[in-house]
Amino acid sequence: MRESGGGGGRRSALHAFVIKELRHIVRDRQTLTILLLLPLAMVVLFGFALRNDINDVRIAIVDASPDAATIALRNRLSGNPRFSIVTVARTTDVVEPLFRRGAADIAVVFPVGFGESLSCGTSTRLLLIGDASDPNTASMMAAYVNAVIASYAADRGVNRQSVQIVPQFRMRYNPTLESVNLFVPGLIALVLMLVTALMTAISLSREKERGTLEILLVSPLRPWQIIVGKVMPYLLLAFANVITALVAAWLVFHVPFRGSVVLLLGSSVLFAMVGLALGVLIAALTSSQRAAMLGAIVVTMLPNTLLSGLIFPISSLPGWLRPVTYLAPARWFIVIARGIMLKGVGMSYLWKEHVVLVVMLLLLFTAAVKSFKARLA
Amino acid sequence: MSAAIDVHEMTRRFGNFTAVDAITFDVQRGEVFGFLGANGAGKTTAIKMLIGLLAPTSGRASVAGFDVATNAESVRRHIGYMSQRFSLYEDLTVRENITLYGGIYGLTDDEIRERGKALIGGLHLERAAGARVASLPLGWKQKLAFSVALLHRPAVVFLDEPTGGVDPITRRQFWEIIYDAAEGGTTILVTTHYLDEAEYCDRISIMVDGRIAAMGTPSEVKGRFGAASLDDVFTELVRPQAVAVAQHA
Repeated sequence: MRESGGGGGRRSALHAFVIKELRHIVRDRQTLTILLLLPLAMVVLFGFALRNDINDVRIAIVDASPDAATIALRNRLSGNPRFSIVTVARTTDVVEPLFRRGAADIAVVFPVGFGESLSCGTSTRLLLIGDASDPNTASMMAAYVNAVIASYAADRGVNRQSVQIVPQFRMRYNPTLESVNLFVPGLIALVLMLVTALMTAISLSREKERGTLEILLVSPLRPWQIIVGKVMPYLLLAFANVITALVAAWLVFHVPFRGSVVLLLGSSVLFAMVGLALGVLIAALTSSQRAAMLGAIVVTMLPNTLLSGLIFPISSLPGWLRPVTYLAPARWFIVIARGIMLKGVGMSYLWKEHVVLVVMLLLLFTAAVKSFKARLA
Repeated sequence: MSAAIDVHEMTRRFGNFTAVDAITFDVQRGEVFGFLGANGAGKTTAIKMLIGLLAPTSGRASVAGFDVATNAESVRRHIGYMSQRFSLYEDLTVRENITLYGGIYGLTDDEIRERGKALIGGLHLERAAGARVASLPLGWKQKLAFSVALLHRPAVVFLDEPTGGVDPITRRQFWEIIYDAAEGGTTILVTTHYLDEAEYCDRISIMVDGRIAAMGTPSEVKGRFGAASLDDVFTELVRPQAVAVAQHA
């Protein structure tokens, strides 16, 4: 790392500080190697799925010709505590937008003349469309709906051997049901949190422990410059990690990428900044490297893996725990990353998640700068 | 011209505890001022207020002509500080540390190069300039830290126990650098636990329980207490408190 700029140029304090931070990172070869290889190792290792139970299945009903039989079956579905019917429409046109918005999990499409075919005893086909961007959840939801339909058929006295209701699954967005597709966005979130929050917390608390932070605070550097200088190199590292994870996912598992790469990278930077601000705040509130490290793991890693939808679908968490997941930044980023990568949607569908992350960033950054200044009071 | 350090009735309370109790003193330009006191007497708290890390509860203080409470920003530009703990980055080389601090204090590249060269030459560190600071012996590290604190030619330098754990020869060399800086017009406020070092100071103050119990040139202070050495003065001043603590326990 050679300083640019010529002769008598007055280098900015921030510039000098960032170069120092980069040197720290480059000098610590072991840590750097681990951090750079981490996304690769994780993407390769986590190529498996996890099974979970689902409690709230949101159903879209498409009923072109309502009759007694379709209404009876609809009532049976809406009467089941696991299900809620979000819409009843005449045509399948409504299904696509609902899925893209994430407002429905599964669609039940009745054929024209459903009741008539059923009473005549002729075969009829009932279509189930699942949103398989989350394959485990989708197939399980389909199985639940299927069970209700089967019990209805049985009650109608339809012979079980000659099945007359034939559910079909048409999986959207992730037609081959690769759970690794689902996992990669989550892994990116995990790696970003690890590199940003944990590493900044450690690096900043090390300065505190060694007494060099005191020297910086006595210098003309302002608190925000110290914070920005501290996190900038880690932002670069985080950026490299996202790209490694994406390339690895694409090369090893052929994970599709349907949306805008630029948008995903931009969103990753935003998410990384939230993690960095969190790391700074943790370092400011703890008094040793060890405490900062534990703090960072407890405050960032745990909620962002367990409460973010990365491992357990949020819909399978108990009701009281679900609001808590709103506090995990990764919960929002995973929705963004899955949306962009697997559904190919853009800002018009994901602006809400971005707003949440921006608000989190502003709050955390303000708190971090404040807690720094509090030491001077 | 006003004093380099001008402190008037400066006080700092933490809850009910008064760490620094209305101290008043001044240090003239180019003076080496020894700031003595037992552990917990309030020295570090007083220094933290003077370098802008802690706001005074009441009273006022100015450093290099700037008020520490209202103009801490300017104070920071004009002071150097070396804490009890080693303040350079061990994983950076000697030269990289110099570049870093030069940059933080807004020196130009030319200034950094020239002053860095002079600094390394003055400490006879030419051979170690590209080595990581971690590989230097402690005495060298301390001298280097002090020289780096002087790099931006501050008006006032605060040295908090700069010679802790350093061998006697290095301590002598260290004091030579202090004198050089003072001769160049730099004001120096230094804390130490070595009372022989206090004899090197132009003037000293001894803090006891947050107050300044004695102040003057080393010989004035000794004369006032009729003591042969500063060691005796120190023991005399600190002992009543020690007895009180013993009775309390």
